[in-house]
Amino acid sequence: MTDQVSISIRNLYKIFGSNPQDALEKVYNGASKKELMDQYRHVLGLSDINVDMHAGKITVIMGLSGSGKSTLIRHVNRLIEPTAGEIWVDGENVLDFSEERLREMRRSSMSMVFQHFALLPHRTVLDNTGLAQSVRGENKQGYEKDALKWLERVGLGGQGGQYPHQLSGGMQQRVGIARALTSNAPIMLMDEAFSALDPLIRTDMQDLLLELQDELHKTIVFISHDLDEALKLADHLVILKDGRVVQQGEPQEILLHPNDPYIVDFISDINRARVLRVRSIMMALGSDLERPIVGEVDAEDTLESVIARSGGDADQNFRVMTDGVPVGFVSMRSLVRALVPSSASAGGMRSKAS
Amino acid sequence: MATYDFIFDGAGLRDWCGVKVSTGPVTMAELLAGAGKTESGSFWDKALALPFPSLDALNEACPSLARTRDLTKAVENGFLGAKDSLKVVLDPLTQPLSWLLEGALWLFDATPWWLMIPLILLLVHFASKSIQLVGFVASALLFLSFIDHYSFAMETLSIIFVCATLCVIFGVPIGIAMSRSDRMQRIMIPILDMLQTLPTFVYLIPLIFLFSVTEPKLYGIAIILYAIVPVVRLTDLGIRLVNKEVIEAADAFGMTKRQKLYSVQIPLALPNIMAGVNQTIMMSLAMVVIASLVSAPGLGVLVLRGIRNLELGVGLVAGLGIVLLAVILDRVTKAALARVNASNSVPRH
Ligand SMILES: Nc1ncnc2c1ncn2[C@@H]1O[C@H](COP(=O)(O)OP(=O)(O)OP(=O)(O)O)[C@@H](O)[C@H]1O
Ligand SMILES: [Mg+2]
Repeated sequence: MTDQVSISIRNLYKIFGSNPQDALEKVYNGASKKELMDQYRHVLGLSDINVDMHAGKITVIMGLSGSGKSTLIRHVNRLIEPTAGEIWVDGENVLDFSEERLREMRRSSMSMVFQHFALLPHRTVLDNTGLAQSVRGENKQGYEKDALKWLERVGLGGQGGQYPHQLSGGMQQRVGIARALTSNAPIMLMDEAFSALDPLIRTDMQDLLLELQDELHKTIVFISHDLDEALKLADHLVILKDGRVVQQGEPQEILLHPNDPYIVDFISDINRARVLRVRSIMMALGSDLERPIVGEVDAEDTLESVIARSGGDADQNFRVMTDGVPVGFVSMRSLVRALVPSSASAGGMRSKAS
Repeated sequence: MATYDFIFDGAGLRDWCGVKVSTGPVTMAELLAGAGKTESGSFWDKALALPFPSLDALNEACPSLARTRDLTKAVENGFLGAKDSLKVVLDPLTQPLSWLLEGALWLFDATPWWLMIPLILLLVHFASKSIQLVGFVASALLFLSFIDHYSFAMETLSIIFVCATLCVIFGVPIGIAMSRSDRMQRIMIPILDMLQTLPTFVYLIPLIFLFSVTEPKLYGIAIILYAIVPVVRLTDLGIRLVNKEVIEAADAFGMTKRQKLYSVQIPLALPNIMAGVNQTIMMSLAMVVIASLVSAPGLGVLVLRGIRNLELGVGLVAGLGIVLLAVILDRVTKAALARVNASNSVPRH
């Protein structure tokens, strides 16, 4: 895994309306989304977005409905033209591309998974899966082997001959994922890919995605309006509100140090013990400990599992291990402190804002 | 003394109006007025008989104004004036239509019945995959042949075959162009509205002037203009209704416009396009009957004979034949449509 930036978005603005360039001036001069709507009848879709998405990592973009998530992800493959800004993909500015070059990029280096699956109803599952290759001009023999392999991999072996409407929603989205994987593109764009599915199936699909990612290390841009999903999948979390980035970073970091009342609200309802991991709250090796160490935990363990280990005893300390090597300590005291929701700890900030 | 003299006297236009010298054609009203002129009665009688200030009534008071008869005459003259130059362009352009119609009529006529009927049944089976429907079509065709309407029915079918095919060949691309450009759609919709609302007879009037009544293209054009509307409209609608997300997927996977058209838009719009084809065929049938007025052969000729010669039985039996043809065409195209729908059911969200 490299730590290279694959997709870099710089100063991106998108304004919907009849005269976006004029409206852009107003935004540069400080007009808000509401002012732009009320006074100039233009929709501020995205405003001054700067995000780096790393190769081989999952970047989750989260926000409420209308915050501009879909608009943002569609800029990456230029399904939407920006009003201003730059979009760099592997060192090239997508906005400089000719139509030909853009099509080439969409065919070979990006694939996309859609909220409502967007399969072709008149083609079999197998032919849907091989879409990217058939678009590139390969015939059925050319894509059949790959398509069957990936169908097998997402758990749809033997269903290739069916039509999409014969499958359940969860199965259709597996086809959507198999289609994206068969294209063999290093970048995968996923717009609310699991939002239309039932909770249980959704969890299955998240597990499937993580499992595949462990093996494939794609650069994934994933959109979600669900915090639990975002925290589960994200290596890098970007939170959008009204077309602006309010905070971005490592998800655990955002949980522990939200910098905006909006995010505090957002995270106030989640089960912190289940989401926070030991590595986020551990102390460095060599810290002074008042109590003895009673056991070892893994850096990736959730706080919930540590609480279970402790049996409720608040005076214990654990050694934190990664791959069998000690990397730090965690005390039950600091653990309990981390569980205090930030709405309480950041009460002052909240009342200031409101 | 005309009713509206006062307007022109009052406006000081009497000199411009001049004296009454009738040069144009005599109108029916003038003839009647000349027959029995009574210039008497009370104020109320006059008020009750007050004519609307139309061109004719105003012309009585002021001869310089045109009468409605002059207006229609001018339209006619204008049309006749343009006719020759129009003909130079339209005649060669539409000549292939005459050939096609003559060819199809000849072909349907030359094919012996014992070959034609099985061929039609085979086609029905191919389109509908329904044995019941094949049985129904077989009995309807045999019945028509039994009562000696076979050749008339074949003539009607051959005209529909040519015209409906041409409607699809021209209509689908026009519909596609409309779906791609809002501008094109804005231009086409009033034209389609006009074609659809003009009474069927009105189509024939300018065509009779342009082409000779003995040419098949005369009725061919009338049928095509009338029947092309639904297939154009429904192609446009069908393509515009294609799921936006599927279109996005096609773009996201790098399809060219052409790939998108042939592998996404047309297949997904096919149910709507087929519904348009069904209506186009039904409208061709309706028009081919009327077109017998301008020498289109087929069952319509018998209906016309029924009306002209008051041969009630001939007209009614031919009418029954038309109904049978209509049911056959409708059932077969609907069955084909249902098959397309079944293999193309888009999940609804
Ligand atoms: N084509 C468009 N024309 C005008 N406004 C648009 C257009 N597309 C999006 N918008 C506006 O831009 C804003 C962001 O929309 P977007 O679809 O990106 O939101 P989203 O975060 O994906 O929401 P959701 O969760 O509902 O999908 C919204 O205010 C929306 O109304
Ligand atoms: Mg969205």
